[in-house]
Amino acid sequence: MSAPAALSDQAVAKLTPADFADAHLTRARMAMTLAALGALLIVVAIVAAAFGSVHIDLMRAIADRSSADHAILFGARIPRVLMGAIVGAVLAAVGAALQALVRNPLAEGGILGISGGGAFGAIVALVVFSHLGGADVAIPLCAFAASLISTLTVYRLAQVDGRLEPFTLLLVGVIFNAFWGAAIMLVNSIVNFYFTHSIIFWLMGSFEAPTYREVAMVMVLGGIGFAILIARARDLNLLSLGDDEAAELGVEVDAVRRTIFVATSVMIGAAVSVSGIISFVGLIVPHIIRTAIGADHRMLIPASILGGAAFTVAADLIARVAIAPSELPVGAITALCGGPFFIYVLRREGRKSLAL
Amino acid sequence: MKSETEKPATDGDASAAAAPAVAMRAIDLSAGYGDRPVLHQVSLDVRAGEMLAIVGPNGAGKSTLLKILSGSLTPWSGSVELEGRPLGEYDRRAIARRLAMVAQENLVAFRFTVLEIVLMGRAPHLGAFHFETRHDLEIAHAALERFDLLSLARRPIQELSGGERKRVFLARALAQSPHVALLDEPTAFLDLKHVAEIFARFRELRIERGMAVVATLHDLNAAAMHADRVLLMKDGAVAGYGTPEAVFTADNLRAVYETAVHVGRNPATGAISVLPGALAVDARR
Repeated sequence: MSAPAALSDQAVAKLTPADFADAHLTRARMAMTLAALGALLIVVAIVAAAFGSVHIDLMRAIADRSSADHAILFGARIPRVLMGAIVGAVLAAVGAALQALVRNPLAEGGILGISGGGAFGAIVALVVFSHLGGADVAIPLCAFAASLISTLTVYRLAQVDGRLEPFTLLLVGVIFNAFWGAAIMLVNSIVNFYFTHSIIFWLMGSFEAPTYREVAMVMVLGGIGFAILIARARDLNLLSLGDDEAAELGVEVDAVRRTIFVATSVMIGAAVSVSGIISFVGLIVPHIIRTAIGADHRMLIPASILGGAAFTVAADLIARVAIAPSELPVGAITALCGGPFFIYVLRREGRKSLAL
Repeated sequence: MKSETEKPATDGDASAAAAPAVAMRAIDLSAGYGDRPVLHQVSLDVRAGEMLAIVGPNGAGKSTLLKILSGSLTPWSGSVELEGRPLGEYDRRAIARRLAMVAQENLVAFRFTVLEIVLMGRAPHLGAFHFETRHDLEIAHAALERFDLLSLARRPIQELSGGERKRVFLARALAQSPHVALLDEPTAFLDLKHVAEIFARFRELRIERGMAVVATLHDLNAAAMHADRVLLMKDGAVAGYGTPEAVFTADNLRAVYETAVHVGRNPATGAISVLPGALAVDARR
């Protein structure tokens, strides 16, 4: 379609709603985009399952149940790919939702210190409950509780005169990250060195040796969270205009905010308890999707789920093969991409988007 | 200063039989922030098709009053009725189908297109998971057309000038198909041409649809020219309420604005016109 600015008044007057199908979200565009992202995810997942630090023969792995190839594919690669996909999907969807709620494109679970809080909760639960038993239930629960406390505290502290101050929000996140990092190191220094590997694992973020049970736990909690965020997608659009404006368009703002805070905290808690702190996925993925296909959250949330999964599986593949046979923590890969990306978004978008 | 002699017209008035229905009414509103009172016993009403201008100096409580009328702020005492029922009896979406508010500042966090912003006005009319229908798109299209925004429909809202952005938010309010429009300084920072156009558009809407308009205005001349009635406020209380001719007297305005004014007639329109008074003003009077 030609540049609308160049049209004469008469030409503009003849336009009908159908001429503007490219200026808003339509069902057809949503279906095509999600299908394309779904296909991308499947391709990335297959490649990630096929490649790794050791070469496997996919045909033999499927045909011969007693082969080493079979054990590697089904015992290590597939749970790992599934874990990367669901955790990445959770992180990206949570990032997109939190950004709308605080009206700040730089908000994200890792950056705001919510993942850090979750990791601290998980570590405390590990240390306490490894003696008492029941650690596998206590760890996600404590991660969720600590995530929720972090979310509410960051949100409350970033309010200046009843307004959410965008730079204060990010600064409070920086402080929270430093604080939780120090608290985790403190725990590390006073507990048995037996825990050190787990603690470092949570700090760095990794998909090392997940079990199907852990994958299932994140899939169930993540799935519930996705449903809640998708159901609230239109409210998130309206919240982009401001709390009062959203209320004046029919949104029960406080109820929606509570719902999103609890849902995202459960999701982050679940993700952190199995994979530690993986930062920046929730920043990078929604930003790329918003730039490429628009800001409407009815599309952004499901697209972030698929895109976050594909991005994180790809990042984990790099983590596994980059220095094989050793491996990098995937959190290091996402942070290496994410740090410069954060600066780029801050410089490019900062003045426009953060002038709230 | 005029005190509370001018109560809102009640249905008992002689003219009430012929007058359109009261769209919105506020009775004895008092409100504030924290323990700081801002509004004292403010009452008003606005009828279908009517425009009521709320005027007064900075800090008189105009925006606070509008926030209470929109339901964003709960008053300490007093009540607001929308189409004969207390505001509290409606749920949020039901209010949003009848009442639209355009705030003074219109900031958007993400790069939504102009059309997407205007379509957001349809949200209170849509079911939970519904997409906008053809009907919704037609309403948004007509709203864009009315505010001369069709050529900007695809543009991200961030790329627009302040005046263009204001028109987008007015179009969004129109897409709500409201019976009452609350406008907080709709013409602040706009140039004369756009000010005139915005008032002309709302005049059309009042005549075509019987839309009631309540607008806070800094510009007394605009209020005198476009409003059927004005509510003059000072320090959170009503200082005058009635037609511009009745309220905008030199004595009233001098008392409220604490400066000398000259009240005359605009020779072109016949509307009341307000000018600064003599140069030797005793500002402390």
